[in-house]
Amino acid sequence: MTWLRTHVFSTDHKVIGKQYISLAFFSVALGIMLSLIMRFHLIRPDAKIGWFALLWPTGATGGIMTPELYLSLMTIHGTLMVFFVLTTAPQGGFGNYFLPLQIGAPDMAFPVLNMLSFWTTFLALLTLLAAFFVEGGAPLGGWTAYPPLSALGQIAGPGQGLGMDCWIVSIALFSIASLMGAINFITTVLDMRTQGMDLMRMPLTCWGWFITAIISLLAFGVLLAAGLLLLMDRNLGTSFFLPAGLVVSDQLQNHSGGSPILWQHLFWFFGHPEVYIAILPGMGIVSTVLSVFSRKPIFGYKAMVFAMFAIALLGFLVWGHHMFISGMSPYSAITFSVLTLAVGVPSAIKTFNWLGTIWGGDLHFTPAMLFALGFVSVFVSGGLTGLFLGQPAIDLYFHDTYFVVGHFHMIMGVAAIFAMFSAMYYWFPKMHGRMMNAPLGHVHFYLTFLGVYAIFIPMHFLGIMGAPRRYSDFKELEFLADAGVLQKFTTHSAYFTAAVQLIFFGNYFYAKRRGPAAEVNPWRATTLEWQPSSRPEVHRGPDVYSLPGAREDFVMQQDKK
Amino acid sequence: MGLAFLVWLLTAVILYLTARGPWWFPAPISQHGAEFDKHFTTLLWITGAIFAAAQLLLGYAIVRFKSRGQYATHSEGNNKLELLWTSATAILFIGFALAANGIWASVHLDQATEAALKIDVLAKQFSWNFRYPGPDGKLGRTDVKFINDSTGNPFGLDEKDPAAKDDVISSTIRVPVNTLVELNLRSRDVIHNFFVRELRIKQDLVPGMTIPLRFKAQKEGTYEVPCSELCGLGHHQMRTTLIVMSNEDFTRWLVDEGRKSR
Repeated sequence: MTWLRTHVFSTDHKVIGKQYISLAFFSVALGIMLSLIMRFHLIRPDAKIGWFALLWPTGATGGIMTPELYLSLMTIHGTLMVFFVLTTAPQGGFGNYFLPLQIGAPDMAFPVLNMLSFWTTFLALLTLLAAFFVEGGAPLGGWTAYPPLSALGQIAGPGQGLGMDCWIVSIALFSIASLMGAINFITTVLDMRTQGMDLMRMPLTCWGWFITAIISLLAFGVLLAAGLLLLMDRNLGTSFFLPAGLVVSDQLQNHSGGSPILWQHLFWFFGHPEVYIAILPGMGIVSTVLSVFSRKPIFGYKAMVFAMFAIALLGFLVWGHHMFISGMSPYSAITFSVLTLAVGVPSAIKTFNWLGTIWGGDLHFTPAMLFALGFVSVFVSGGLTGLFLGQPAIDLYFHDTYFVVGHFHMIMGVAAIFAMFSAMYYWFPKMHGRMMNAPLGHVHFYLTFLGVYAIFIPMHFLGIMGAPRRYSDFKELEFLADAGVLQKFTTHSAYFTAAVQLIFFGNYFYAKRRGPAAEVNPWRATTLEWQPSSRPEVHRGPDVYSLPGAREDFVMQQDKK
Repeated sequence: MGLAFLVWLLTAVILYLTARGPWWFPAPISQHGAEFDKHFTTLLWITGAIFAAAQLLLGYAIVRFKSRGQYATHSEGNNKLELLWTSATAILFIGFALAANGIWASVHLDQATEAALKIDVLAKQFSWNFRYPGPDGKLGRTDVKFINDSTGNPFGLDEKDPAAKDDVISSTIRVPVNTLVELNLRSRDVIHNFFVRELRIKQDLVPGMTIPLRFKAQKEGTYEVPCSELCGLGHHQMRTTLIVMSNEDFTRWLVDEGRKSR
């Protein structure tokens, strides 16, 4: 019983943080495996693989993957990665563990709510995976689940029956869990700071989690509502997203009055801010890590905080850039376009400030630092392509091509994951009392850095050629006959990069058991989590490094002089 | 140190492949396409320069400030610099957004200055149907009630309407060269997408809506039209072709087809 309360149904923020991280580990491993199977299928669509047939007796009869199986793998890959990896690890994982420690709070404001939030997320994950095992299999509509495809039921395709319902229920549960988490984070930041910890003395990581929580609170409610409406369209005969006169497989559907575009508005009103939910905690972590390993204060701390707020605010006003060619008013495209490119401004401010932070520093290339520097590189590479996609005139060609796939994997996937690696290498000594192996961390970083560019840059070229995304194979398209080399290169890069992650997992699990014991403050950092004292009083900002005349090159936040 | 060289190497490879790589657009076949390419190329130069500068600077900082036991410069920021790069990027990025509006407007907002050939487009899982008015110049009445693929009535033409009798229905789209064409895009089941790379245009077909799309193709030839919005398990096979023909060939084709359908 005690064991259960300490390790499973614990209300301790540190345990819950680790539980979120374990959930994200499982999801990312599964998500990567699904993507490898998809990449394999794209270069060898006719291959007969025995174990495919074992795993999916109907989806891959005789071992040959059907298009619907490919699409269902794609849907689950996207859903896992966006929700169960990029939303859980940065916020529920590292946020839960370190927010209370960094602001000097004994725990989160609502520990039971915190536990409930994790277990609801866990239930959401089980519900999502259940979709694989129900009749028809997992849904094939992609993580965006556009109706009518998602609203019509089995008649629209296998997986659109019970599998689709599983998906919606999973997302609804996930939304509820995120709302609970958001309330908890916001209250904790506002109410639980220790003496002297003014808002403007919080580490940027805490700002990242705080602003992310505000975004979650405003965005997930809309997704939850949209999901419920979709569920009603499917099961109760309503027509929120279905217009009159639909003829599917020669059968006239009994719906009228709805609009498929309404779903897109609701979905992207959540979906775009979701990108920032994934990346803002990472931005906080990267800022901190760059500062620690440059032995310099954050360059422009205030500007960094304001930029995060600007990103959050603008992030709610740009959802229409996902819909330039959706049939919405072409006039609104111009408004959305200006606002979208305006998000580039605070993003650029952050990039400049990161460069400003390392400029003139004393750089120590630990694995955490390497991943933070790598983050800056991919953030620039992935961000600049956003300038193209944010313009309706350019989107006229690039919408739903592999250019988009390359873009969002770089900026949302790789950048956020790099920040997570950085966080893991940085906080491992605090979380497990041991050190990870640094040389292995270097190897892991360099190979991963090379690997992600090798996977996602070719996708941009495929996109320039016009390759549409969400195709289970490209045999039909003559204009892609010469693109086989790009596909092969991408697939092999994906195999390579996935294999490299074994170095990380090996290092992680070995260090957890056998790694050398860590010092209390191995990185000589200034923030409260590195100082074992309860309810410390804070006297200064989070990043005082290399202060002229100081005894050491860092001053802890609670040091008086 | 190694990271700096890796960053520079990747930057060089990406720039080289972008400038010299064989993977690119096909040549445009419309005025709009040519303008698109011009704008895209300008954008590519500017963002390419920013990309190279940022990565070079990152690599330089890594080499220059690598720890050799030095004491870091204590600096908490510089408001003048913040102001400078904020306003510079704001002007540049908003400028991008405004610069391209003409191209967008020419496709979706400008009024047509000449009469257009109107083609009714109705997509379904997983094929395309295009409908032209016959010799009477009028499109016949349709109703979803009458839709029946097995009897060859994908549009649901109303047999009682005399204007419907000579409508020409085709599964590929044929248009005369140098003629303004207006598609009325509709879908009868799920969302599909009409995309012609050479025209540089793409538009969703949304059930319940009729969305107009205008273009003028200026080069004869056959061009692929891949469905570009996920529409179900056959999405990857939902492909048709755009055939741009001389005016004479087009008129002949339309008359021949009209005769067949009657």
